[in-house]
Amino acid sequence: MMEIIRSDLFLLTVTIGIYCGCSTLYRRTRFALLHPVLLTFMAMIAFLKIFSIPYEHYRAATEALNFALGMSVVSLGYLLYEQKEQMKGEILPVLTSIITGCIVGIISVVYIAKYMGADRTVMTSIAPKSVTIPIAVSISKPLGGEVSITSVVVFCVGLLGNIIGFWLLNKLRITDPKAQGLAMGSAAHGVGTARAIEHGAIEGAMSGLAMALMGVATAMILPLVEHYLY
Amino acid sequence: MLGLFYILLCWLAGNIIAYFTGNYISGNIIGMILLFCLLEFKVVDAEKVRPVAKFLLGSMALFFVPYGVGLMVSYEVIMKNLWAIIVASVVSTVLIMLTVGWIYQRMVHRR
Repeated sequence: MMEIIRSDLFLLTVTIGIYCGCSTLYRRTRFALLHPVLLTFMAMIAFLKIFSIPYEHYRAATEALNFALGMSVVSLGYLLYEQKEQMKGEILPVLTSIITGCIVGIISVVYIAKYMGADRTVMTSIAPKSVTIPIAVSISKPLGGEVSITSVVVFCVGLLGNIIGFWLLNKLRITDPKAQGLAMGSAAHGVGTARAIEHGAIEGAMSGLAMALMGVATAMILPLVEHYLY
Repeated sequence: MLGLFYILLCWLAGNIIAYFTGNYISGNIIGMILLFCLLEFKVVDAEKVRPVAKFLLGSMALFFVPYGVGLMVSYEVIMKNLWAIIVASVVSTVLIMLTVGWIYQRMVHRR
């Protein structure tokens, strides 16, 4: 029996099954902290612990998902193509704000973590923390980051942006719908974009654009910062 | 099927470029930029790529579950650096929102 449970097919099926179950639960409750992704992480960890399956075995068994993640990064190029209309006539303000935001984001997260005594692995893991997860892990892994820290932290950052984003932006008098969308997508990637879409079509589209641009900008800037600044 | 081929081809080309440029940027990110260029310059028909891309983008959250489950081996490192991670992430997230929103709003409304 253990042989079946440890098989690739079984573990993949359980993963996708738990994910579907958690998504349904989330759609019924709409409570941000019950987010399907967080629940799936927890449920899957519990499952592996119960059947004492080591993480390395699980990683190897779910290699197919890792491959799909690589393809989904490439398909973000399609998203960028679809959303680029939003930039029409505003290329300069959009690119200036995103690139500045990207640099401010990397420098602030790295240096605050450094002064609070985090080690280098942690700093590198959380440096791309505002980028959509597939890109964030593709950036942090080759630089020596720990991908599980990256994915969990990046996800929680997205949740934070999702929950407080619009409230904060209104407080800061950033009220232009396009500015709000850009800010949500660049700070809170896909999870923030989901919230922006609920808020309005303009906010959603700008947020999707910001998410894709932030990914490209961070992929180009972070290796330089990592090499020269910390 | 052609859409899937283009996505894989861009990824492969991205990996090759990454290999010859010292792996400065990961191959799939170069692939993403290549796919954008191919669509932008109409080398590839967007209609062909759309269904595959939509599926992949829509299921992204599932694809990184194995990474998140890695928490079971890395939670000690997170716990050891918990406050540094929380403070740095929260402050930095707020700063990005502020910077991006403020600069964009300033530049657009000045004209």
